Amino acid sequence: MTANLLTSVLFYFYGAVLVAASLGVVLARNPVRAALCLVLAFFTSAVLWLLLEAEFLGIVLVLVYVGAVMVLFLFVVMMLDINVAQLREGLVRYAWLGALVAGVMIGEVAYVVWFRHLGLPLALDAPPLPLAYSNTKSLGAVLYTDYLLPFQLAAVVLLVAIVAAISLTTRRRPGYKHQDIAAQVAVRSADRLRIVKVEAEKRP
Amino acid sequence: MGTLLALWNGMPAYLQTVIVLLVEVLAVMIGVILAVAFLTLGERKIIGWMHVRHGPNQVRLFGLPFFKGLAQPFADTIKLLLKEIVVPANADRTLFLIAPLIALVPALSTWAVVPFSPDFVLADIDAGLLYVLALTSLGVYGIILAGWASNSKYAMLGAMRSAAQIVAYEIAMGFALVGVLMASGSLNLTDIVRAQVGGALAWNWFWLLPLMAVYFISGVAETNRAPFDVVEGESEIVGGFHVEYSGATFATLFALPEYANMILVATLASVLFVGGWLSPFDGYLPASSPFAQPSFLWLFMKVLAFLFCFLWFRATFPRYRYDQIMRLGWKVFIPLTLLWIVVECGMAWARVGPWARLV
Repeated sequence: MTANLLTSVLFYFYGAVLVAASLGVVLARNPVRAALCLVLAFFTSAVLWLLLEAEFLGIVLVLVYVGAVMVLFLFVVMMLDINVAQLREGLVRYAWLGALVAGVMIGEVAYVVWFRHLGLPLALDAPPLPLAYSNTKSLGAVLYTDYLLPFQLAAVVLLVAIVAAISLTTRRRPGYKHQDIAAQVAVRSADRLRIVKVEAEKRP
Repeated sequence: MGTLLALWNGMPAYLQTVIVLLVEVLAVMIGVILAVAFLTLGERKIIGWMHVRHGPNQVRLFGLPFFKGLAQPFADTIKLLLKEIVVPANADRTLFLIAPLIALVPALSTWAVVPFSPDFVLADIDAGLLYVLALTSLGVYGIILAGWASNSKYAMLGAMRSAAQIVAYEIAMGFALVGVLMASGSLNLTDIVRAQVGGALAWNWFWLLPLMAVYFISGVAETNRAPFDVVEGESEIVGGFHVEYSGATFATLFALPEYANMILVATLASVLFVGGWLSPFDGYLPASSPFAQPSFLWLFMKVLAFLFCFLWFRATFPRYRYDQIMRLGWKVFIPLTLLWIVVECGMAWARVGPWARLV
């Protein structure tokens, strides 16, 4: 009973923080603050996943999105000289589109939760998973047996994307100087330095 | 005493658990903070001796006649806490003041999953290694925000360097940890230690030596220590991300997280590669021998050895050039770890080393 109550309290608290942070992403005046609100949103959704006992997904969300993607995002946002006023002009103009997308998403979630499960027992009071159960282990077991091929395919798609991104952004310019690290390491003092014996001036 | 005991027994079970947990958390945190304090002293002393100087030798603890300079970290802390906190005129005030906290919280909360001894770990969770990776990757936010919120070009440059460097070395570090979890078959740090049972040659370092080197050097780079400390780069960008910070914010932004992360990297290197709390003589001495028992003291000695390396590097190596740092991270370490993972696959197939017991 106390555990259930605690879970509910935590869920509503972090849910409220998540909603506030998501609003912050849209409404923040400063792009860096908006990006930080997005970080907070990712973090709180990771906490919600932890509450659902999906600890692997929760931690990976923090590791990948907060730890790597958003760092680079912040990096870019900080470097760009963004005209904030220009950025905010579109807010009112495109508000209806955002509301439409949000409405469709809410409708989809409601459809899945209420209508597709109509008549089916909804796992509202699912018993807590046994202590020995490891979310990470079972996910790995499924991923590397039943879904091995799709998993490998996804990895290959990512690799292709990386190679494509690099080849698209690499520019070959004339006169571009390369460093030959091996040659730099192999250099000896005799290659660069010549000791010259200079005869002393004779006293006149 | 009797009334206290009666009060304790009268509490509901969950309250007792909460109190015990709180006391344990406090013990670990105070332990880490004290370790940080004495690490700063140790750093100054050891580097001093390497430079043939004395290091701090004036402030005595309670006026004790021996080991002068022992109270130097406390004197420094009190000085820093009493100094004025200057907020630059056009700084983003909220973010400027919150950045040190963002740096501090991950540095301390990662300690929750560190196994200190066979029967003491705060949270024995299954995804422990992932938790460590996730939280250590959060530490960079403190530095980036400090650099941006200061509204100073030097601080901004430091933050940019730090972001690029930490993202680069995190990948190499993650791949090194993949090798560890292939060897131990678990993400749980206690299980990783248990998988190394059997004396110094059964520890992971023997089979994963390149990964251990990559992990430790990446750890040095992640904590922005010399020779990778271009983030501070006092010779070119005066102090990097913390130029504008003073007093208590400086202490919590710079000193505490950096040194806590150093100790963390040293502890994790000991746990993952050299057997954590296991004894090196286990299996070579009779099982009843006191030197063959697993204990916190073994972990402590291993951590001290790694920490000494941190200080030794700082006293020895000149600072890397920035493009060389990037080259080392992306072009040397990542291919090396990938190669060694393939080698490990071969070892697992041949059932040698840590994979022999899986049969």
